Amino acid sequence: MGAIEAPDLSLAALTPLLFVFGAAAVGVLVEAFAPRDSRHPVQVVIALVGMVGAFVSTLLLAGTREVTAAGALAVDGAALFLQATIAGLGALSVLLFAERSLDPARSAFVASAAVPAGSARDAELATSEHVQTEIYPLASFAVAGMMLFTAANDLLVMFIALEVLSLPLYLMAGMARRRRLLSQEAAVKYFLLGAFASAFFLYGLALVYGATGSVRLSEIREAVSVSGTGGLLVLGLGLLIVGLMFKASVAPFHTWTPDVYQGAPTAVTAFMGAATKVAAFGAILRLLYVAFGTADWTWRPLVYGLAIVSMLVGAVLGLTQTDVKRMLAYSSIAHAGFLLTGVIGLGPGGTGSGLSATMFYLLAYGLTTLGAFAVVTLVREGDGEATHLSQWAGLAQRSPLTAALMTFFLLALAGIPLTSGFTGKFAVFRAAIEDGAWPLVVVAVLASAIAAFFYLRLVVLMYFSDAAPDGPTVGVAGLPTTTVLAVTAAATLVLGVVPGAVLDIAESAAVLVG
Amino acid sequence: MTGSETLPADGLLAASWLLIALPLAGAAVLLLGGRRTDRWGHLLGTATVVAAFVIGLLCTVQLTGVEGRSVQVELFTFIQTGNLDVSAGLLFDPLSALFVLLITGVGALIHVYSIGYMAHDNARRRFFAYLNLFVAAMLLLVLGDNYVALYVGWEGVGLASYLLIAFWYQRPAAATAAKKAFIMNRIGDVGLALAIFIMFAQLGTTSYAGVHGSVGLLAGGTVTAIGLLLLLGACGKSGQFPLQAWLPDAMEGPTPVSALIHAATMVTAGVYLIARSAPVFDATPTARNVVLVIGAVTLLIGAIVGCAQDDIKKVLAYSTVSQIGYMFLAVGLGPAGYVAGLAHLLTHGFFKAGLFLGAGSVMHGMGDETDMRRYGALATRMKVTFVTFGLGYLALIGFPFLSGWWTKDAIIEAALDHGGTWGWVLGGVAVLGAGLTAFYMTRLMLMTFFGQARWGDGVHPHESPPVMTAPMIVLAVGSVAAGFLLVQVFPLSGWLEPVFGEPAEAAHVVAPIVVSVVVTVVVALGVLTAWLFVGRREVPVTAPVRVSPVVRAARRALYADTVNESLFMRPGMWLTRALVFVDNRGVDGVVNGAAAALGGSSSRLGRAQTGFVRSYALGMLGGAVLVAGALVAVTAG
Repeated sequence: MGAIEAPDLSLAALTPLLFVFGAAAVGVLVEAFAPRDSRHPVQVVIALVGMVGAFVSTLLLAGTREVTAAGALAVDGAALFLQATIAGLGALSVLLFAERSLDPARSAFVASAAVPAGSARDAELATSEHVQTEIYPLASFAVAGMMLFTAANDLLVMFIALEVLSLPLYLMAGMARRRRLLSQEAAVKYFLLGAFASAFFLYGLALVYGATGSVRLSEIREAVSVSGTGGLLVLGLGLLIVGLMFKASVAPFHTWTPDVYQGAPTAVTAFMGAATKVAAFGAILRLLYVAFGTADWTWRPLVYGLAIVSMLVGAVLGLTQTDVKRMLAYSSIAHAGFLLTGVIGLGPGGTGSGLSATMFYLLAYGLTTLGAFAVVTLVREGDGEATHLSQWAGLAQRSPLTAALMTFFLLALAGIPLTSGFTGKFAVFRAAIEDGAWPLVVVAVLASAIAAFFYLRLVVLMYFSDAAPDGPTVGVAGLPTTTVLAVTAAATLVLGVVPGAVLDIAESAAVLVG
Repeated sequence: MTGSETLPADGLLAASWLLIALPLAGAAVLLLGGRRTDRWGHLLGTATVVAAFVIGLLCTVQLTGVEGRSVQVELFTFIQTGNLDVSAGLLFDPLSALFVLLITGVGALIHVYSIGYMAHDNARRRFFAYLNLFVAAMLLLVLGDNYVALYVGWEGVGLASYLLIAFWYQRPAAATAAKKAFIMNRIGDVGLALAIFIMFAQLGTTSYAGVHGSVGLLAGGTVTAIGLLLLLGACGKSGQFPLQAWLPDAMEGPTPVSALIHAATMVTAGVYLIARSAPVFDATPTARNVVLVIGAVTLLIGAIVGCAQDDIKKVLAYSTVSQIGYMFLAVGLGPAGYVAGLAHLLTHGFFKAGLFLGAGSVMHGMGDETDMRRYGALATRMKVTFVTFGLGYLALIGFPFLSGWWTKDAIIEAALDHGGTWGWVLGGVAVLGAGLTAFYMTRLMLMTFFGQARWGDGVHPHESPPVMTAPMIVLAVGSVAAGFLLVQVFPLSGWLEPVFGEPAEAAHVVAPIVVSVVVTVVVALGVLTAWLFVGRREVPVTAPVRVSPVVRAARRALYADTVNESLFMRPGMWLTRALVFVDNRGVDGVVNGAAAALGGSSSRLGRAQTGFVRSYALGMLGGAVLVAGALVAVTAG
C-alpha cells in the first residue's frame, strides 16, 4: 500500500464553496451556543455573509478554468455562472426567510417541525414566538450542496452534493407554521421520493463505473470514445438521468412537485423553485456534455422526448389548478421542458449557443419565480396565506401594486416581450432551431401558448373580477421582502429590456471543462 | 429626363426643406398648442404658407440661374435595410418648382380667405392646423426625389383631405363622405405602393434618377405593370374613372378645402405622378394608351353629370373631374401633351380655386345654402363675387384669350395631332367636352346670378368681407392672365425643357386657327343651349321629377355609386358576413374545441396526481423503465 497523498486543492477556486460551507458550519454552532434572543439576527447575518461572499468571490473568479481537488471539481465558466446565480438566489431567499412582519407570530416557520399535527403542543407552537433558527444553516447547506453540484466533475462528488442539497430541503419543506399537516406531508413525500430518485442515481453510478471503470466525468468520456457504448453504460446513463430529472422536476418525474410546492412554507418553495432548478440543470449539462458529449446520439432523442412531455404535462395540467402555488409548480414543470430545449440546443459536441442560453434562462427564471412566490407570501387570510385562486379575485382593487407586481411576474413566466421570460425563451428556442430541432420549438411555442392561459387567467381574475367581501388582506411587507420584490422585479425588467450585457456574460462563461 | 447631371444644392435652394418644415411646424404648433393658440393660430397658419411661397419664389428665381435647372438636396437616410437604401432627399427642378408655386401661392390665398370664411367657426384653429398639414404633405409629395418620399406625401395629403372633408364631423354626411374618400383613395394607394414594390424588387432603387435611368432594362410587361399601377394610384387621388365617385362627395368639407385640395392642388397629384414618371410611360405605350382612354372617358363623365346637378359645389366638383380628365388626356399623349397638360393644370388651379371661393362667398351670403334652385338674381347683390366668378367662368369655358382658352385649345390640338382615328376620336371627345362645359357652367351662372330671386324668407344675401374678396380678385386676375402669360410671355415649354426635353414641332393635322374657331363655335352653342333651357324660363324651386332618362342618369352621376355598391360594396359585405360566419363557426369552433380538449385532458391527466406516494413512485418507476428502454432502443437500433 502506498502512502495516501493529499489531493491537490486550489483553495482560491474553491472560495465560493468555502464561504457557504463555512457559513453553514458556523450557523450550526451559533444555533447551539448563542443566546436565544440574539440568535435570529446573527443567523441571518451569517447566512447572508456566506452567500454574498460566495456571490462576490464567483465574480472575482470569473475567467477561471481549472480542474481541482484531484479532478473531482471543475471550476469553469458554467460552474461559476451557475454558482453565482445560486448564491444570489440563496441570498434573496434568506431575506424571504427573515421576514418578520407578515406572520402574526413573527416567523413563517415553526419551532418544532416534528410535533404531530393537530396535537395540543402543535396548537401551542402555532402562536409561539419562540422559534428555532435552524432554517438558516439548513439553507446554507442546501446552497452549498447546489453549488458543489454544478461544479462536480466526478459522479461520486455529484452524488454527495445531491444529498447535501436534498436533505436540508426535505427538512425545510416540513417547517411551515400554518397548515402543519400539509407541510409535514410534503416533507415526507419529498423525502421518500427523493430517496427513491437518489437510489436510481446511485445505481446508475454503479453501472457506469462497472462499464467504464471510473467515476470521473473526463475518464468516462474517454472510455466512451474508446470502447463505445455498451448496454451497461447506457442503462447506467438512463438511471443517472432519472435521478437528475427528478431534481429538475421534469415530467414524468415531476409528481412530487405540486404537492411539495404547495405544502412547503412559501419562502422555502421560492427557494426550491428557483435555486434547485439551477443546480439540477448545472449537473444535467455537465453529465450530458462532459461525460457523454461524444455519444450524444444515445441520449439526444430521449432528452428531446422528455422536453416535449414535460412542456405539455406542465402546461396542460396547469390549466385546471385552483391553487396559486400548485399552478406555479406546474409552471415550473413546463419551464423544465423549455430548459431542456436549451440543453438540446447545445448541439453535437456542445458547440451551439444552447449553454449560454440555458444559463441565461436559469438566471431569469430563478429571479422571476422567486418574485412570484414572494408576492404569494403577501396575500394573506386570517393567520396564513390565501393561495386559492378564488381568493385572488379582484385583488387589483384592494392592492394595485401587489396585483401589478404579480401580473408582471406572470407575464414574464408566460414569456411576453419586454420581460426576462421572453429573452430567455427566445435564446433557448433560437439555440434549438440552430441545432435543427425546430419541431421541438414548435411544440415549445404551442406549450407556451397553452401555459399563457393559466397565467393570464390569474391576471384576469385579479383585474376583472369583483373582490369577495371577505377576501384576503394584503400584508405590509417588511424590508426584507420589499428588497426581494424590488430586486426580482427590476431584474425581470432589465433582463427583458436590455439583456445584452448579461447575455454577453453568459456567452463568455459558456465553457465546460473536465 | 435629360441626361444632365443633377447638381447638389447651394444657396437658398439648400434650404428648400424649409418649404416643408414651415407649414409642418405651423401644424404642430396649432395642434399641440391647443386652445392657447386659438387667438392667433389662424394668423400663424397663414404666415407659414406665405413664407413658404416667398421661399419658393426665391428658390425658383435662383433655379433659373442653375445649369440644367435641377438641384438635389440630400437630407438624411430614411430607410436602410438589406439592399434597400432610401435616402430622404429633395429634388428641386422646373416641374417641382411649378407645383411649389401653385401650392404655396393658391394655398396662401386660400388661407387668407379662410380667415374670413371660418371666422365664426369655433374650431378655426383646428382647420388651419389641418390646412398647414396638407400644405406640408403636398410639398413633400412634389419635392421628394424618390417614390417613397412621394408616397409619404401622398398618404399625408390623403390624411389631411380625410380630416378636412370630415371637418364638420358632427354631420353624418361629412363623416360618410370622408370615409368614402379615404377608402376609395386606399384602392389607388395600393396601386402606387405595389408599383413602388415592383420598382424595388426589379431595380433595387426607388429614386427618380435610379428608376428612370434603368427603366429600359426591364421587361416590357414589368414596365406596363408599373405604369398601370401608377395610373391606378393617380386615378384614386385625382378622382378619375373608375375611382371618381369620392370627389363630388368630398364637397361636404368647408369650401376653402374644396378650392385648395379638391380643385387646385391635391387632385392634380395624379397628373404630377404621371408627368414625373414620364420615362416610365415613354417605355410603355400600352399604359400610356390606358391613360388616354381614362382621361377621355372621365372628361365626358364629369361634363355630362355636371349638367344635371343642382348643388353649386357638386357642379364645380364634376367640372373638376372633367378638367382633370383633360389633363390626363394631355399627359397620356406623351411628349406632345405634357406641357399642355401642366399648363392647363396651372390655369385650372387659378380659375377653379377662384370659382370655388366664389361659390363659398355665395354660400356665405346665402346662409350656407348650396342648392342653385334657391339662388337667382345674385348679380346685383354680390357684385365683387359676381364679377370674379364671372371671369373664372369665362376662363373655364374657354372664352377667347382668357386662361382656359389658351390651355384647353392646346390640349385639343395635341389630341387631334395624335393622328389617325385615335386622334379624331380623342379630339372629338375633347371638343364635345368643351361644349358640355359651356353648357353646365352657363346653367350655373344663370341659375345663380340671373333670373328671379328664389331664396326663402330670412335669407339676406350680402357681399363677403374684403378678407374673402381680396383672394377672389387675385385669382380672377390669374384666371384672366395666367394662360396668356404661360403660353406667350414665359412659355412653359421652355421652362420645362430640362424635364421633358425640347418640344417637338408637331405636324398639325388641322390648322390651329381652325381648331380654335370650331371650339369657340361649339362653346357658343353650349352657352346658347343653356340659355334656351335655363335662362329663358323660370327655374322651378324643386327639381322636376318627370325628366328624360338621360337627365335622370346624369343626376345620379351615371350610376357610379350604384355600380360601386353592387360591384364592390355588396359583395364585400357578403364576403365579410361569410368570413364572420367562418370565424364564428370554424375558427372559434377550432379554438374553443382545442380549449375544451385541453381542459378535458387536463382534468383526466390530473387524476394521476392522486396524492399517494406509492402511485408517484410507481409513476417514476414507469418513467425510469421508459427512459432505460428508450436509451437501449436507440443504442441497439
